[in-house]
Amino acid sequence: MESFYQLLSNDIRFQEGLKACISCGTCTAICPAAQVSDYDPRMLVEMVQTRNEEVLLELLNGDAIWRCGECLSCKTRCPRGNTPGHIIQALRALSIKTGLFADSKQGNLQLEIKRTVGEHILKYGYCVHIDEIDTGKYPEQGPVWEWFRENRESLLARLGANYNHEGAGTLRKISNRSLEDLQAIFIETGAMERFQQIESGSAKQAKDEK
Amino acid sequence: MKNKNQRWLSYQKEIADDHYYFARSCIRQNFFPASETIFLKILREELGKDIFDDPEQTTCTGIAYHSGIIPLETTMTVVARQFALMTRAGHENFVCSCVTSFGIYIEVLELWKHFPEQEKKTREALLKSTGLDFKIPVNLVHTSDIIYKFRDQIAAKASLKLVNCTGGNPLKIVDHVGCHYAKIFPDKGIGGAEYPYVLAGLIDAWGGEQVDYPERRHCCGFGFRQYLIKENRGYSVTNSKFKFESMAPYHPDLIIANCPGCTFFLDRWQYVISEMENKTYDSEGYGIPVLTYEEVAGLVLGYDPWDLGLQLHQVDVEPLLIKLGVIYSQEGKYKGMNGEELGKPAKPQFLKTH
Repeated sequence: MESFYQLLSNDIRFQEGLKACISCGTCTAICPAAQVSDYDPRMLVEMVQTRNEEVLLELLNGDAIWRCGECLSCKTRCPRGNTPGHIIQALRALSIKTGLFADSKQGNLQLEIKRTVGEHILKYGYCVHIDEIDTGKYPEQGPVWEWFRENRESLLARLGANYNHEGAGTLRKISNRSLEDLQAIFIETGAMERFQQIESGSAKQAKDEK
Repeated sequence: MKNKNQRWLSYQKEIADDHYYFARSCIRQNFFPASETIFLKILREELGKDIFDDPEQTTCTGIAYHSGIIPLETTMTVVARQFALMTRAGHENFVCSCVTSFGIYIEVLELWKHFPEQEKKTREALLKSTGLDFKIPVNLVHTSDIIYKFRDQIAAKASLKLVNCTGGNPLKIVDHVGCHYAKIFPDKGIGGAEYPYVLAGLIDAWGGEQVDYPERRHCCGFGFRQYLIKENRGYSVTNSKFKFESMAPYHPDLIIANCPGCTFFLDRWQYVISEMENKTYDSEGYGIPVLTYEEVAGLVLGYDPWDLGLQLHQVDVEPLLIKLGVIYSQEGKYKGMNGEELGKPAKPQFLKTH
């Protein structure tokens, strides 16, 4: 079996993201996630560079890798051309592939994103859709959004949208052909498999907790 | 001076002059639903440009990708399908409305340059799953780049300037450039990551005054999975709050953003902070209006604010319209397609609205 480090090295984002970190801490200084949590990209890259399997396991089944917001400010600032954000992407992919994501509270929350954004893509052709966004799940949307949603047929028509109709335009109904293309791409390139990994990993964790 | 000019040249980018293939944004369509329509109208009717709005185009998957729920290979192949649709339509200049997408498209193209075998694999996956093939765009830009390119032509047709109609002073305007516009690939953004000029150029051309403040380049706090998961949203509001606290002493009249997510968060988190702390970042209690660059362009061109969808912002835009001297109908704000009354949104607890 390949080591965690070898598996990470197979990911081209890992190859792009990790050159030779000098542990200067510039990434942590600029990182919005580090400002609001104990996330520390400098420390995380240092841990990866140890190539120690136990240390890597600690990352793959822990919360830290899920704290990054992927703004990629770290890419701009690193004086050695590293991108901790890309390393995170590779770690997250491996964490899901190995099922280790389900061992952490933050990792488990991937299920929520899969069941919203992931399924919206296949249903609507876009990650987000007005029909799915209510102020129960998204209270920050506020009263204007509530009013907009209640009157969306009329307001969207006034604003020149093509809401839920065929043809071009804002919030149009995506054709079956395009949705079938997306479905086929998701099957061919591993997105469906990842969805399944997220569902089964989280289901197993829920069962174990019971 | 010569050296200075040469240095600035390295911060410029090629933006095609005409004949574009348009890709819509997941977020902009929902939260600023008139913006893309206005963009197309400005290009076609004001500037006489050719732009194709393809009904078959879809998400680039960027939000799912950056949240870690789909593989890189999937994103690459969906991007390849977008390029295939562009190729099929006979276009070669790709323009996208989303800043996350802009970063995604550039990232995929750069990865294919560094790993040509990956491009080959993607072509095979696309062909197998959809039967499509594609050409790489000759020019790929964000929609704000196009507005920037034609900012002077828009100014020449303007019916108002970004100045206070009482006294004539320029409005103080905060520009917020989305992280993925230039922080990932600085050479792909006007002005790079250090001196992004894509929105500041609009402010300068249309008569406003840029606000420089300490957290000008800080992220709005979207954080992808951090916002999408309800219990993680403290990440998002906190980062926006850093920005509001930092810009408030400069008394901005307006914030403009080129990323639809940033526009949304900077608008909605002001409402949330007001509800939580009874705090606003202007002196009157209305908050600082946050507009997309298309909405600002529409105002400058004299379009009706309610046809621009400005009534859908949580931070009321009327204080801005009054400063600009825009003549608008208050009754028209809450009317539907056929002029029917749609009632009014509930009032927030603290944030003032007209």
